[in-house]
Amino acid sequence: MALAVILFTACQNANKKNSPDQKSGSVALTAAGATFPMPYYNMVFKNYTEKTGILLTYGGIGSGGGIRSLTDKVVDFGATDAFLEDNKMAEMPAPIVHIPTCMGAVVIAYNLPGVDGLQLTNELLEKIFLGEITKWNDAAIKTNNPGVKLPDMAISVVYRSDGSGTTQIFSDFMTKISKKWAEKVGAGKSLNWPVGMGAKGNPGVAGTISQTQGAIGYIGSEYAFAQQIQIAKVQNNAGNYVLPTIESISAAAKGDIPDDTRIMLTNSNDPDSYPISGFTWIILYKEQSYNNRSKEQALATVQFLDWLVSPEAQNQAATVDYAPLPEKAVEKAKAILRTVTYNGEALLK
Amino acid sequence: MNTDKVTRIVLISVSVLILIVAGGMVFALVGGAIPSFSHFGLGFITSATWDPTEGKESYGALPFIAGTLITSLAALVISLPLSFSTALFLGEYFRKSRASKIIGMMVDLLAGIPSIVYGLWGFYVLRPFLVDMGFENQGFGVFTASLILAIMIIPYATSLSNEIIMMVPNDLKEAAYSLGATRLEVITHVTIPAARSGIIAGYILSFGRALGETMAVTMLIGNANIVPTSFTSTGNTMASVIANQFGEADGLKLSSLIAIGLLLFLITGIVNAIGKLIIKKMA
Repeated sequence: MALAVILFTACQNANKKNSPDQKSGSVALTAAGATFPMPYYNMVFKNYTEKTGILLTYGGIGSGGGIRSLTDKVVDFGATDAFLEDNKMAEMPAPIVHIPTCMGAVVIAYNLPGVDGLQLTNELLEKIFLGEITKWNDAAIKTNNPGVKLPDMAISVVYRSDGSGTTQIFSDFMTKISKKWAEKVGAGKSLNWPVGMGAKGNPGVAGTISQTQGAIGYIGSEYAFAQQIQIAKVQNNAGNYVLPTIESISAAAKGDIPDDTRIMLTNSNDPDSYPISGFTWIILYKEQSYNNRSKEQALATVQFLDWLVSPEAQNQAATVDYAPLPEKAVEKAKAILRTVTYNGEALLK
Repeated sequence: MNTDKVTRIVLISVSVLILIVAGGMVFALVGGAIPSFSHFGLGFITSATWDPTEGKESYGALPFIAGTLITSLAALVISLPLSFSTALFLGEYFRKSRASKIIGMMVDLLAGIPSIVYGLWGFYVLRPFLVDMGFENQGFGVFTASLILAIMIIPYATSLSNEIIMMVPNDLKEAAYSLGATRLEVITHVTIPAARSGIIAGYILSFGRALGETMAVTMLIGNANIVPTSFTSTGNTMASVIANQFGEADGLKLSSLIAIGLLLFLITGIVNAIGKLIIKKMA
């Protein structure tokens, strides 16, 4: 017993030594959360460290983990793919703000040798993912894809077995376009799927689809764009069939955005928009003076976020297959950052 | 203080430490599982619905309990003839031959391969093979998962049975030979009865390993939260659902996952207890 106590205290002492010392002058920022924007964050975080000497670390532990870490106040800011609903906001120990950082989409990937440019209406998506259409040569798919030779093959639906912001965006879109889906399945990070099979993470789903003829599933755009995988055109609210591209994803945010930026951009009205697109957010406390954080630390946090939405960082997004924020969203994000305070005083002017 | 005393103190404190760790684990699991059990009651075990959608949350562990037991039992049945024959080959028929040394080494090597590597091999080699052979439509499901589990537990069952078979006293076998018994008769009438309890213990340990196996199963079972209806049906296991879903889980869902962990702990405990009982009865 005594041995155990000694061991534990020894560990704790070691931890204390390793943690960045706030008084030493060099500021280090820690963040954790969503895995979806991780390649983008990794890149811009590194660039910012090279530029300013401020050390930034990001842990890709999932949106839920990001929210939990901010609640426990163990990070300077968290990251999430789904904004916090009012009731979840109220559960946080102090008011928080959402800063959108970039945009991504959920692509519908499939595996049908020789069938390129599959076009899917909202109704087809509903029926395929609810298991009402089970064969690729179903008349409904045929009439919507004239001239395409569809094989007599079973449809295997593949979904995420782990909780994910990708599933959240996909199911939010499905809920908007299909009453039946809204009633039977609904929206969320993980769902009670009527048909199909689960695979872990974007790599799991992409791997399963590319290994299974007749498979169809949804994948985060940042991952899908880097893969050789067949991608379907999806019908948007204006009736156009749109492929997910950096431009069509950005177009989804052309409409009105609320001042707090908490909006799901799926099924946008813009005629050029890809309909299964969304923001990803960074969340932080509105009042930055907590847990003995120094003003220096607080200032470094908001200055970094201000840079993250600036053109310098946003222009890098496309290089790792994310869509940059449209001008209007950047303005809103900058305005929100100017409401963040330290002991009641705004940190940025 | 004499060395005897020191040794005793060290041994006692280490044993107590293990007791504390095991006790702490049970305590944490039970504590974490209470919200789920108090919300769903015994229905948690009998309900087949796993619906994490906000507003109509409902969690039942039946699909995972069924998936775990079916895949593990199937794996045990598939592995039995293979591992038992290999053990006899190594420990009896070709004992001390070069062939048995090489095969013994391969078996040990198989035992040391990490689970994720089995998963990768299953995903990229075994599954497409099963699809090509026409056994399955898309290759994910209970059968593929059981097959990979069987391959994973073969080395365990083999080396444990092999050790036991080697320990059967030569005097017994020689006596049987001197009475004119054939080799097969010696195996069926002397070796197997003498090694029976040890062999069974080996299989129970292997079964225990199959119960808790996570990564390889996750990659092949299809992760559909339903009670499997056939061998080609997709399903999910207790270990696999925890590994998949704990990351984004909170509240009632997290508690339900912990409750599944507790149930898995209990099932493994019961399996071990049954194993001990069988050994006692047969020895």
